[in-house]
Amino acid sequence: MREVYVAGIGITSFSRLEYPLVEIAAYPGLMALRDSGLKKVDHLYVANMGGGRINGQTGLASAVVDHMSLTPAGAETIENGPASGASAIKQGYMAIASGMHDVVMVIGAERMREANPLEATDFVATLTHPQAEYIYGVTLPALAGMFTRLYMEKYGVTARHLAMVAVKNHKNAMDNFYAHLHEDITIEGILDSPEASTNNPYVADPLRFYDVCPVSDGGACLILATAEVMKKINKPMIRLAGIGQATDTHCVHERKDPTELLAVREAARQSFKMAGVKPSDVSVAELHDAFTILEIAESEEVGFFKKGEGHLALERGETQIGGKIPINPSGGLKAKGHPVGATGVGQAHEIVLQLRGEAGKRQVKNAKVGFTCNFGGFGNNVVCLTFIKE
Amino acid sequence: MSVDLEKILRPVDTPLPKFPAKYMTLANGQEMVVRQAERDEIPDILPHVEPLIHVERDFYNIVAARLYSELLAYYTYRVQDEYVLVAQIDGELAAIVNGRSVNPDVGMSYHTFSLRRGLRVGAHAFATKMEYHIDILKQKEVLIVAESGIGFRRWMIEYNLEKRFHIPHELGGCPSWSLTKELFDKARNTLVVGRRPVPEHLLEKAKAGILPPSDPPKGPEDLLAATRSMLDSTATSLIEMRRKHGGKIK
Repeated sequence: MREVYVAGIGITSFSRLEYPLVEIAAYPGLMALRDSGLKKVDHLYVANMGGGRINGQTGLASAVVDHMSLTPAGAETIENGPASGASAIKQGYMAIASGMHDVVMVIGAERMREANPLEATDFVATLTHPQAEYIYGVTLPALAGMFTRLYMEKYGVTARHLAMVAVKNHKNAMDNFYAHLHEDITIEGILDSPEASTNNPYVADPLRFYDVCPVSDGGACLILATAEVMKKINKPMIRLAGIGQATDTHCVHERKDPTELLAVREAARQSFKMAGVKPSDVSVAELHDAFTILEIAESEEVGFFKKGEGHLALERGETQIGGKIPINPSGGLKAKGHPVGATGVGQAHEIVLQLRGEAGKRQVKNAKVGFTCNFGGFGNNVVCLTFIKE
Repeated sequence: MSVDLEKILRPVDTPLPKFPAKYMTLANGQEMVVRQAERDEIPDILPHVEPLIHVERDFYNIVAARLYSELLAYYTYRVQDEYVLVAQIDGELAAIVNGRSVNPDVGMSYHTFSLRRGLRVGAHAFATKMEYHIDILKQKEVLIVAESGIGFRRWMIEYNLEKRFHIPHELGGCPSWSLTKELFDKARNTLVVGRRPVPEHLLEKAKAGILPPSDPPKGPEDLLAATRSMLDSTATSLIEMRRKHGGKIK
């Protein structure tokens, strides 16, 4: 198989974007073309989850490829729930590694805020089992709330640990122009003050408002290319070195121990093995913190910390920028935002910025190996990526 | 025969009890003071409202325009029994809420205007305004309308307001909704926050001057500027976008 590199990147703000979905997708694509210096691509993959349901836009890739004047390049839309972004990157990787194409554009785009918050929550809840979960009113925050309660009882995670994740990621997002939330929250403001219960009300006990990611619009893009193409453009050599993907039961209650995220564990293992690195080699990671508990749980499952000790590492400051393994320097889903289909590409965008040394104030020093975990459903379809700076 | 027209035009205000200032900690740890603005402070407030008349987002334009006229009417004695509360963070103007007393039993909420977005600044200010009507003015209900979806979620849904659609609200004649004392009491422990007395240093800072908001609401960013620049050899739109963001856009 041929090696695959990142030739160009682009991103929109992850916030509320008052433009059609097609243009939210096209903008980061054009930025990535400019970043790479390339004019054409062989193929376009567009990751998106809600275009048909929320925006009345199906066949998104066909619309985007024409909107960007990239015809006659092939184009396909990839839908794999919130893991759509990393799945699309995986497709791009395979297209180049196999020798089928030399330059592939991967875009993730979503416009969720066209729906009201109740509709958006209901839309995401369609990821759950229709007969065993959804009809009983299960939503993703509800599943995460139950998961958090179990985690607290089993491992001693407290509300303060969850708040620490939120505070850390909000702080990181303050240095990310493209982040959805620029609110430098404090433990006092969301947990300790007399007003905390109103500032930070319960959403799905024990999860509170600041434990949950916002509903975002946004787009991100990676252009993937062969080593031969990279020789022709003057960009840092960031190699997509490892990809892992794994699944778990659709219904969370069918898992032997719901606190174990086996798909995360397996996808990370595959990704590290393919890249030839260990979790301890990772300089910077973007984990799928749709809920604060997930950053803690995923940091354990991918192998950064022992099971049940992620919150202790958090206490020691090991996941901060400047710590042993900085997690979510972009602000993560928690504060950077979560436009579901775009999230996986957005995570990769941040890692490429970090490995290039272009992350500005939130730059992780000497970043050589970067890792992303894109978590679909409630952990039933997970894609992990490992990037290496050469 | 001379006539003092001003005496005819100027409504006679009913003496209303003053709102006792309060303060609260926001999610970012900052303390926000909410206090009653005196009539002679209105000229200090107006310059911070006027620019938002031109922000076409979340109905800031219409709310700013209407609020500006209400503040001006208050300042020039052209509205009866109006009051204005301001929320300040480190002296900076964070929110303005206003309304008026229709009669001893009924209040009329005019506007809730956040100059600092997020952190429930507007929600806290609105709750404080309702506290003024229900607890201080001892009114039985407050008539409310919303001009934006954000307002509708914050007031009509969060407080579960009752319909009073047969009563046209003074803002555009729209059907009114009502916050009754009973509804307010239900919300008291979850939505209404704040402490008294306000520490001297916080109150002094607030009264020392109404400072302009450091990060006022802005219109949507022109994210299509890059797209347009591809078709525009002068790249004017992209240059303009970069200028707006202090060169932060690549």
